[in-house]
Amino acid sequence: MCATCGCAGDGAVLRVPGHLDDHDHDHEHAQADGGRAHGDDGHVHGGHGRGEPIARADARTITLQRKVLAKNDDLAARNRAWLAGRGVFMLNLMSSPGAGKTTLLEHTGRDLAGRLGIAVIEGDQQTALDARRIEAAGCQVVQINTGAGCHLDAQMVASALRALDPAPGTVVIVENVGNLVCPALFDLGEAARVVLASVTEGADKPMKYPQMFRQADLIVITKIDLLPYVDFDTERYAADIARVSAGARLMQLSAVSSAGLTGWYDWLAAQAARFAPA
Amino acid sequence: MHELAITEGVVDAVTQRLPDAKVTVVRLEIGVLSGVMADSVLFCFDLVTEGTNLEGASLEISQPPARCRCRSCGTEFAPEGPILLCACGSADVAVLSGQDLRILAVEVA
Repeated sequence: MCATCGCAGDGAVLRVPGHLDDHDHDHEHAQADGGRAHGDDGHVHGGHGRGEPIARADARTITLQRKVLAKNDDLAARNRAWLAGRGVFMLNLMSSPGAGKTTLLEHTGRDLAGRLGIAVIEGDQQTALDARRIEAAGCQVVQINTGAGCHLDAQMVASALRALDPAPGTVVIVENVGNLVCPALFDLGEAARVVLASVTEGADKPMKYPQMFRQADLIVITKIDLLPYVDFDTERYAADIARVSAGARLMQLSAVSSAGLTGWYDWLAAQAARFAPA
Repeated sequence: MHELAITEGVVDAVTQRLPDAKVTVVRLEIGVLSGVMADSVLFCFDLVTEGTNLEGASLEISQPPARCRCRSCGTEFAPEGPILLCACGSADVAVLSGQDLRILAVEVA
């Protein structure tokens, strides 16, 4: 499916600096809904005749026992091996929209210039706005527009990695589509999963979206400069994290006031050093 | 809604494996901890199968319950809901079942 418009037969759109305004569409849209309109019969379920056992003398059952995500998982494993071979550390950065992913990456790129090479794969449904911000911060960047898609997958990231061509020792940060649900299911080949949570979102997110937080290696509370103005109980948050995740490390920072940024930078540098070729 | 991508994955896998067969039934396992809504997959299935050799097929979904084992105290338990917390207070838990997303079998005419 073309994730830009919902049409069949195409993939997500990849944009690189210099072509951030292009909409690389090489097919016609037959109709506004992408030709995928449901029938007029008003039914919503996928079973023609479901619930009615149909006796078919000539029917035969073929056992498949195949994981639905096998294709994505295979591609993710390939990405992981490719990155390890290059000595590149890649992390998958996830949060709800507006938690401060892009702002944190802007500061990270500027503050670590000369210390650590940061390359970013930006995932958004539409626009290259974030890629422009990251580019202005001096980082290598590729924008993926998923269109209707609510998450990045391993195939999109494989294409983006080829376009980025990161040098050994680089940290590649995948800024996933802002969403606490769907990205949790799709392995991209990352070495670490980082979840951001801003104090303005409220402290209840780990209990509401446990799958996302369960898989995190690092959880970063952002916008702590706003703590005096919002009702965010950091202790309760830490206790909830402990209920949904056994191994996640917890960090707090504010990109605006710079509080806590050193801890984040040291963590990134330590991960990069684990991967960088000796 | 990642269920659209999931459903496309199911249909792609079946059409690749059985490109010439008229598929009449698809049997899926969607574990309760898989993060996928069975109702949403049902909703997407007609849309995604349109024009394929799965068009008109029925979709049968089984939903195995979750089983976990606590790595701290060794107890096996059935979690209530998606928060996998052992009664001993530990969240260091191995999921034994209920997490899988699997195409079990298909019926062909």
